[in-house]
Amino acid sequence: MTDTSADTVAAAGRPKARSLYQVSARTRKRHASETRFRMMGLAAVIFSIIALLGLMTSILSNGLSSFKQTYVTMEVFLDPAKLDKKGNRSPEDLAKITTFTIQPLIQTALAETMEARGIAVEGVNAKTAVELISKEAPAQLRHFVLANPELIGQSVRFELLASGRIDGYYKGRVTMESAALDRNISPEQLTLADELKAAGLLESRFNWSFFTAPDASDTRPEAAGLGVAILGSAYMMLIVLALALPIGVAASIYLEEFAPQNRWTDLIEVNIANLAAVPSIVFGILGLAIFINFVGLPQSAPIVGGLVLTLMTLPTIIIATRAALKAVPPSIKDAALGIGASKMQAIFHHVLPLAAPGILTGTIIGLAQALGETAPLLLIGMVAFVREYPGAPPEGFFDPASALPVQVYNWTQRGDPAFFERASGAIIVLLVFLVIMNTVAILLRRRFERRW
Amino acid sequence: MTPSAIILIVLGLAAIGYVLGRQRALKTAQREGVKLHSLSGYHGQSVALFIAVPALFLLAAWLFLQPVLIESSVSGRIPQSAIPEGGARSLVMFDVRRIAEGLNQIVAGGDVSENDLADMRADVTDVRARLAEVGVALGSDVSPIVLQTAKEYRATDLTASFVRNIAVLVVALGFGAWALARIRPGLRARNISETFIKALLMGSSLVAILTTVGIVGSLLFESISFFNMYPAKEFFLSTTWNPQFRGGSELGILPLLWGTLYVSFVALALAVPLGLMIAIYLAEYAGSRLRSYAKPAIEVLAGIPTIVYGLFALITVGPFLRDWIAQPLGLGSSSSSVMTAGLVMGIMLIPFISSLSDDIINSVPQAMRDGSYGLGATKSETIKQVILPAALPGIVGAFLLAASRAIGETMIVVMGAGASAQLDLNPFEAMTTITVKIVSQLTGDTEFASPETLVAFALGLTLFVFTLGLNILALYIVRKYREQYE
Repeated sequence: MTDTSADTVAAAGRPKARSLYQVSARTRKRHASETRFRMMGLAAVIFSIIALLGLMTSILSNGLSSFKQTYVTMEVFLDPAKLDKKGNRSPEDLAKITTFTIQPLIQTALAETMEARGIAVEGVNAKTAVELISKEAPAQLRHFVLANPELIGQSVRFELLASGRIDGYYKGRVTMESAALDRNISPEQLTLADELKAAGLLESRFNWSFFTAPDASDTRPEAAGLGVAILGSAYMMLIVLALALPIGVAASIYLEEFAPQNRWTDLIEVNIANLAAVPSIVFGILGLAIFINFVGLPQSAPIVGGLVLTLMTLPTIIIATRAALKAVPPSIKDAALGIGASKMQAIFHHVLPLAAPGILTGTIIGLAQALGETAPLLLIGMVAFVREYPGAPPEGFFDPASALPVQVYNWTQRGDPAFFERASGAIIVLLVFLVIMNTVAILLRRRFERRW
Repeated sequence: MTPSAIILIVLGLAAIGYVLGRQRALKTAQREGVKLHSLSGYHGQSVALFIAVPALFLLAAWLFLQPVLIESSVSGRIPQSAIPEGGARSLVMFDVRRIAEGLNQIVAGGDVSENDLADMRADVTDVRARLAEVGVALGSDVSPIVLQTAKEYRATDLTASFVRNIAVLVVALGFGAWALARIRPGLRARNISETFIKALLMGSSLVAILTTVGIVGSLLFESISFFNMYPAKEFFLSTTWNPQFRGGSELGILPLLWGTLYVSFVALALAVPLGLMIAIYLAEYAGSRLRSYAKPAIEVLAGIPTIVYGLFALITVGPFLRDWIAQPLGLGSSSSSVMTAGLVMGIMLIPFISSLSDDIINSVPQAMRDGSYGLGATKSETIKQVILPAALPGIVGAFLLAASRAIGETMIVVMGAGASAQLDLNPFEAMTTITVKIVSQLTGDTEFASPETLVAFALGLTLFVFTLGLNILALYIVRKYREQYE
């Protein structure tokens, strides 16, 4: 019986598994599952890379065009009969000029320029032709006149913003078909724009005012810029740096070097760990309840934003600083203590300088996080429409301002699709800042990091 | 004198104090012909610390408390008759503050002297037009009582600020003089200033506790006043969310909670398997070259602000899902939906999960891998049957941390999930979350004392409790697990 069973097994198994070079079906199955698993891992990596690329392409393709802007260049006669009826050029009378007085000047100037160049499109009269120019242009002109009253009575060359629809036409957002359905622009006006472009009166160039101009109202996306937002973000970063770095470093030194091992220290540590994971919007509620309602700081002010972001950044800085302090070998402190330094001297003269690159790296990363934070700022009123630049610090810290990420959110809430382009452009600016900060952090780490 | 000027003066005094303290220490040592106990710099340092620190603390506390105290004392003086029908005292106080501010600006402008201001009367001068000139626009004309209160407010404020400045300077000079006077060659100045600095260091570490106290305090305080106006049972159990700013709102948290959990579920269902697979691949399969590129790239992904993801959801993912999936399948026609927000949030969470799991997988001892290989297991069998079970508690911890981030995430859902509160199973339908409603109830001009505004604090408290619970649980699990292999 044993013989027969041994024989059958041998007979069945012989052709398959006699040689180790020959792979059995089971092994093949196991190897196949190995390959499958590996491919799944690779697929996951590739998927996330694709997601990242999709994110970047979406932002870049929507936003890059906001760095170019269409302008109409032409000469405008600054008619003294309209701008300065009394003829005394006194600043007080000039200040009363309204944009309604200036609008006809632009209209006449455009009509005259078109006539001189022989440009005419059927269905467009002087009144509809001027709609090619942004509603912001009269304000632009008014500013110029107030600044240079001596030029009244002369013809001055102006680069006036083209309207958002015309700008969109050259960026592919507006087409002849969509214009036919649009109350704000007609296909004839687009044809006129093409003619003006052919005559060299209308051109697209780099949009500096995107970085310097303040926000603009709903109907003039072409004039909206990031000036106030960049300034507001810069103020907040200054406040965060000035508060979070010293407090964070001091707290880390205490916890790492002085704190006794007791319940109290444990409580502080647990607190820091939990604060790092509290949703950012809760910090916004804290800012609203304490800094605005209780202390009475003004809404929309960089000081409140700065304080809230400081509290949010502190855990990041404390965690990074403690890691940097821990990385300095104890022998250095021991040597200092051994030749008679006090503990404070050993830490401040020897440990802290050696930990400085790590602390700086952590601080920059914390700042980068704070720069991109949006939700808490919405709650403390940074989302308000602000057209005035905040003043110089320290008083400017209390003036209303916007912030880069909040400006992005603000623009996405508006009707005109041109604002989506602006929002993506603002994201690009934000990302450039973040890339710069992170690169500096990485370079610092590479340059100064010491391995002991 | 503004607070910033006072700060500068105090810092200047501290610098002078440093120099004086140093000189005095050197001089006394020379005169008495003995050696100093501490280096002369420490004498200077301790004087400077005694000048600057108490004075600045006093200033900070004063700045914090002055508006609160003045407000309560002045607001008590407004007669009931001056408060318009249906209006609140706080609104009148708001006007009072703005008028006081405007009066300040008028005086600062220089055309009106203090005496003229005292004579200014609401029924004679057009105060509103006057204030509009300096950029303070008021909704209605100024009543005499409000103007009177504003003047009182301003006067109290000015006096208090004056007293504050004097007090701060007296404290700075007093402490400075005392510290300077006690300098002797034998004074242990180094020990004194080191103890002082140590106290400062300890104080800084308390900021973390103060923040937590501030968060919990403000959430609890406002939530309690919300529950005084609106029954807690309705809030936690009602399935309708329908705020009306004219009153009579229904504020049930359940639809918001459902939206929050649904979005988080979609996000985690995408992010956990992907993040885990990426971590496994990078830790066990990828060569060192790929790893050296991929790991920093993932760290960069984790550093992208959520507003970027929000915009991505709004302009790309939302319309894509609507045009290619939801509409052809007849599931809905809204570009903001649970799916949009969930998928984008999932992408955001991938790096978070993968970097956490990476740490956890790497901390599984090599001996366990070697043992498994030695028995003839393939790599994937080792991972599935040895490493993952060993790392499971840590991975659960990572999952919980990710869930807490998903629940607390704001910008992606604000821009991607929509604003309609409903209980629905269709993932292509717009739904809303707790965080979205906190934002929408607290932005915009709303009366602060109404339940429609205060509900945001109750929502915030719920969110805080939720995320805190998840975090503590996660940290506990991770810590327990770490101990196992250390």
